[in-house]
Amino acid sequence: MARRRLIEAVNDALVEEMERDPKVVIYGEDVELSIVGDMRGLHDRFGHDRIRNTPICEATLTGMAVGLASAGYRPVLHMMFSNFIYTGMDAIANQMAKLRLMTGGQLELPITVIAGYGGGAANAAQHSDSGYPMLMNLGGINVLTPSTAADAKGLLKTAIRGRNPSFFLEPSGRGGDQGEVPDGEHLIPLGTASVRRTGDDVTLVAIGRMVRPALAAADALAEQGIGIEVIDPRTLVPFDATTLLASVAKTGRLVVVDEARECCSAASQIAALVAEHGFDSLRAPIQRVTTPNVAMPYAPNAEARIIPGEARIKAAVLAVVPGKSGAGAVRATATPRPGGA
Amino acid sequence: MGTTEFSVREPTAKEPTATEPTATELAGLYERMLLIRRTEERLSADSAAGKLPGAVHLYIGEEAVAVGVCAHLGDRDYVTSTHRGHGHYLAKGGDLRAMMAEIWGKREGICRGMGGSMHVADLSKGILGANGIVGAGLAIATGAAFGARLDGSGHVAVCFFGDGAANQGVLMETLNVSTLWQLPVIFVCENNMFSEFTPSHEVTAGRIADRARAFAMPTHEVDGNDVVAVWQAAGQAVERGRAGGGPSFIEARTYRIQGHFEAERFVLAGGRYREDAEIAEWRARDPLERLRARLMSSGELGPDTLGALDAQALQRVDDAAAFAEAGQPADPDLALTLMFAGAGE
Ligand SMILES: Cc1ncc(C[n+]2csc(CCOP(=O)(O)OP(=O)(O)O)c2C)c(N)n1
Repeated sequence: MARRRLIEAVNDALVEEMERDPKVVIYGEDVELSIVGDMRGLHDRFGHDRIRNTPICEATLTGMAVGLASAGYRPVLHMMFSNFIYTGMDAIANQMAKLRLMTGGQLELPITVIAGYGGGAANAAQHSDSGYPMLMNLGGINVLTPSTAADAKGLLKTAIRGRNPSFFLEPSGRGGDQGEVPDGEHLIPLGTASVRRTGDDVTLVAIGRMVRPALAAADALAEQGIGIEVIDPRTLVPFDATTLLASVAKTGRLVVVDEARECCSAASQIAALVAEHGFDSLRAPIQRVTTPNVAMPYAPNAEARIIPGEARIKAAVLAVVPGKSGAGAVRATATPRPGGA
Repeated sequence: MGTTEFSVREPTAKEPTATEPTATELAGLYERMLLIRRTEERLSADSAAGKLPGAVHLYIGEEAVAVGVCAHLGDRDYVTSTHRGHGHYLAKGGDLRAMMAEIWGKREGICRGMGGSMHVADLSKGILGANGIVGAGLAIATGAAFGARLDGSGHVAVCFFGDGAANQGVLMETLNVSTLWQLPVIFVCENNMFSEFTPSHEVTAGRIADRARAFAMPTHEVDGNDVVAVWQAAGQAVERGRAGGGPSFIEARTYRIQGHFEAERFVLAGGRYREDAEIAEWRARDPLERLRARLMSSGELGPDTLGALDAQALQRVDDAAAFAEAGQPADPDLALTLMFAGAGE
């Protein structure tokens, strides 16, 4: 085991995979200096043909990934903030996600796209989205949301070696989180959840950046005698329903914490899966704790109001545990709701 | 004229010619540039002191571009801006106190604390907003110019964008549609030699201004650190737009003196992307100092007047910073109530 920061583990994975396969090529805006740290040192080590800065032109960069993969390479495209996936969206939605099927299975697109997501740093609306539900909806795209250094390394290596497009989404502001990373070749199959903590009373699913506050909430509630099982899906596509349903069969209660906006969030999909396939085990309504359907405000106090945090997670858990919230199982208004027109 | 009406740009009967700014106009340009400079210096200090919630991208060294262009605009002309937008906002007449409060994340902010530094906007002044998405302003300005053309109002839309943004495909698309429809839009490329930490020449082929020439668009390449040169080119472009002569393109060559954003050294972790000597070379071409020297040597403004202007700018900035600091925290519930404007009629 080695103690690594999450961002160092990403860097380790890239070094190992570039060493292993000369077809792995990295490109993106400002990847050479690597201000996030994940690409640090790669340019010196592998040179300009293997990693290079591009112009600002996301619509072309995503399309080029499709072409480069078609030409036999394994492109790794760094898109910086996940909001810039939007500017590159056409080739993702109309090409990357679809060409495998459209060509009758002739084409393989081993593409890895890396981007950071999430709020909490006063970066405002155009730099704070957690846009993965949009990617989940496409089909044909793997969606990876690691929350630890070890998972980041293992998932990224698997994605780069894979045969399909994968989005590897880095939890913004968590790059410095340290964790133990297994020595040697460390690969994690996509679609395997991690049970981060066991418990008998409530299943708490937490995605990516939300794992940290979920674990904090679970620890705090353990002191009140509530046993919480925290499940980190690690990948949203493919999704490990087996681990989740087994947990809900045991606990009978489900709370899902997701930083994405509520409507059609990953939490919504997970709740639907359990409602369809685990209904008989449920002893309380499913709770989603998400960001409301709004743009991320700039002011830190307004941001704190809408991003799920420990307090809202605890309230949602207490709402489904009998006797803990006063009136037994009640519906928590876990996510503040905006109006509409 | 049928379907070819807008498809080929015929030179208008009278091509605008460059004029010389009067002494009063020069003093106005100086005052505005000074206000931007002092504001950005204060934001730099406040950012370093950890007082600002978010990152700030500063405009120091580039003031002549925004000021030289906006001097020709009224409140009903539009501008779109970038992530480096404080200068455009102030040059276009945006309220300084409200901008400061916005950057501090306060209730009194021009966007009520919802937008922050990268999104300062004042619709009452035609400032459609700074923007966090590189290149986004190009199409927005083109759309605003379409509106102005439909209105027949003689108003124009100016799009400020960087050399980095010039590599977004939307530049080609907006050059095309604005030429085709003869829209009163003025594309102002602020070529400050960097896209974040990448030198422009590593990611930009050819001359940016040539991209507009390919559409036979009237194109001006100017020294962006010479406010008079910018002012003259913009004057012609705005006149052309108001008179129905269609779009214009200005490439202003300048330099970003500060980092891409304040505190960049923390993320660069010792990595370098430019030499100190280069920064020093450009400091010697400081647009504010150049204008000051010109005003002094021509005797148009004496040292006393210049000193008074300096003091006045500092005082305004002090006042605005104090206003921002003393402001109320933003209303956290606004995020839940502001998303929709309510039902239509
Ligand atoms: C669509 C999009 N891609 C990438 C970024 C990240 N980014 C922010 S500023 C910047 C460089 C912009 O360079 P330029 O347009 O020359 O403006 P300057 O910063 O030099 O004023 C980049 C790549 C972004 N904000 N939006």
